[in-house]
Amino acid sequence: MSREKILAAILNNQPESTEMPADLSFGSKSKEEVTAKFIEMITLIGGNVIMINDIAEINDYVSSNFNAADELITFVPELAHYPSFTGLEKPHQFVSTEFAVFQPHFAVAENGAVWITEDLMGHRVLPFICQHLGMLVRKDNIVANMHEAYQIIESHDYGFGTFIAGPSKTADIEQSLVLGAHGARSMTVFLM
Amino acid sequence: MISQKHPELAEIFNKDEARVNWHDDTLWWIRAKRDKAAHGISEWELLRETASQLKNNVLSNLHEYLIQFEANAKANGIHVHWAADAKEHNQIVLSLLQKKGITQMVKSKSMLTEECHLNDYLEKNGIDVIDSDLGERIVQLAKEPPSHIVLPCIHKKKEEIGQIFHEHLGTAAGVSDPQVLTETARIHLRETFLTRRSALTGVNFAVAETGEFVVCTNEGNADMGAHLAEIHIASMGIEKLIPKKKHLSVFLRLLTRSATGQPITTYSSHFKKPRPGQEMHLVLVDNGRSIQLGRESFRNSLKCIRCGACMNTCPVYRRSGGHSYHNAIAGPIGAILAPNLDMKEYADLPFASTLCGSCTHVCPVKIDIHDQLYKWRQVIVKEGYVPASKTMAMKIMDFTLSSPTRFKLAGKVGRWTLKNAGFTLNNKFNPWFKNREMPEAPKESFTEWYQRNHKDNL
Repeated sequence: MSREKILAAILNNQPESTEMPADLSFGSKSKEEVTAKFIEMITLIGGNVIMINDIAEINDYVSSNFNAADELITFVPELAHYPSFTGLEKPHQFVSTEFAVFQPHFAVAENGAVWITEDLMGHRVLPFICQHLGMLVRKDNIVANMHEAYQIIESHDYGFGTFIAGPSKTADIEQSLVLGAHGARSMTVFLM
Repeated sequence: MISQKHPELAEIFNKDEARVNWHDDTLWWIRAKRDKAAHGISEWELLRETASQLKNNVLSNLHEYLIQFEANAKANGIHVHWAADAKEHNQIVLSLLQKKGITQMVKSKSMLTEECHLNDYLEKNGIDVIDSDLGERIVQLAKEPPSHIVLPCIHKKKEEIGQIFHEHLGTAAGVSDPQVLTETARIHLRETFLTRRSALTGVNFAVAETGEFVVCTNEGNADMGAHLAEIHIASMGIEKLIPKKKHLSVFLRLLTRSATGQPITTYSSHFKKPRPGQEMHLVLVDNGRSIQLGRESFRNSLKCIRCGACMNTCPVYRRSGGHSYHNAIAGPIGAILAPNLDMKEYADLPFASTLCGSCTHVCPVKIDIHDQLYKWRQVIVKEGYVPASKTMAMKIMDFTLSSPTRFKLAGKVGRWTLKNAGFTLNNKFNPWFKNREMPEAPKESFTEWYQRNHKDNL
């Protein structure tokens, strides 16, 4: 059995245990600072920010940016007039989804990422396979950095969770940045 | 056949000087982006130190963490496999596919599968593999290995990529616009993602405390593959473990800033349980790592998080190209990992360095890369794996430098030769004169000058 062989070799070769370093945390910042940093970073990584006062404003964005024939889907309860999930969908059928809107748990100012778990996705593949991605972020739900982010995630249970930071991108061809590699071509943050 | 070594392969790369300069500049530009990202964080050095200590803690408790991880992953519904070497890893992957009658697989970036030569093995056994990372797909179509762990086709010009796409993906001849080529690959690979029943991904980090693993991509290819496939296989080296979920904060802050200067990858996906109806497998691979763990001088090379910063900054890598390292992992980190796998085959790599130390200074987990390169040289010489020419030169040096009389004589002969018979040195048989002129020979040695000017002090 390789398992026993590998574990025995490791036990034999690993050095004396060293201590775990202290957890890091860096002083709290004001809500204004954190919000401004988030907007700066999401813009830097190729995302768009639209300030809204009411969730219904997302509908205005949708009607002015998409056609009636475009397939839209959302997991935000307040936008329930979009087609809703039956729970029986095959992941493959979302390939024709033009725009999907989600409400992630929170956003991170230092890198423009949002944290979302599968219970808020409808289906794991949806935030990746849709052509365009919308994220509803409340200003109260932005943390300054990744240390604060994991303090929240610590208590989350999930089968799948992900940080999403902007549209899918690649620079594999001569380092030219192209948005829309395999995932969403754009990410719009509706900041409320 | 004796395989070509770094000097020969670098020479091939250096035939086209303009191209070398372009390669050099491109990588330096990425290094500069890394600097900008790192300097934007005042606690950067504290993060590096913390990451280093965390990895030391992992390596010194690896046995316990692996057992803990396995138990938690199993409780989450993930099937855990153990592979002692590349061969066993490849067999495990093949048998998982065969059990389900699968003949096609889509794969996201995994340097471990490059190390194991998984694609070759699967293809020989009737499995079609498509690499889904754009850069990897390009080199796969070109029938080449990646030349960089983060930027697999950094050595290719867009016109060459356009030609590859023209031949394989049907784009018009002469098209080289990255936007158009990327869109073509997107359409081609969406079709692949939708039709593959199996997906293989690498693993950036695995958490002992929770049994989950994290995969980072910018393109979204790992997620597209994994969430559509009925079987997801993840391959990871045993050193990818971290103790607790909260430690991801430290590593995710460091990884992409060090790699490309981005604040984070577009996607940092945490896989904890298979989705309903899906099978999730994880293969833990040793392949020499437990041996490296026992080599005190080289053990901390296992702290590597595969960001590629050491390559981008390395003056030798930038001017010799990734393929000159003839190993899945190129650059300084590859040069200290490879001799552990096969000291004879990779004896040349620790010498492919100026020992300038730049790699060590940018490493986000503080691996003493240049010290290890130096130490590998000692081991390799002791084991008798250096080329005869280098051994002879060293013996002559030793003979000359160990006697003041011989040293003085050698100096005289050298100065005379440089002055009167330069052609015997500056010719195509002497590699020291490649792209290099020797300085004018001084009339006397320092010792002679000192004796003449400071008679009183003698």
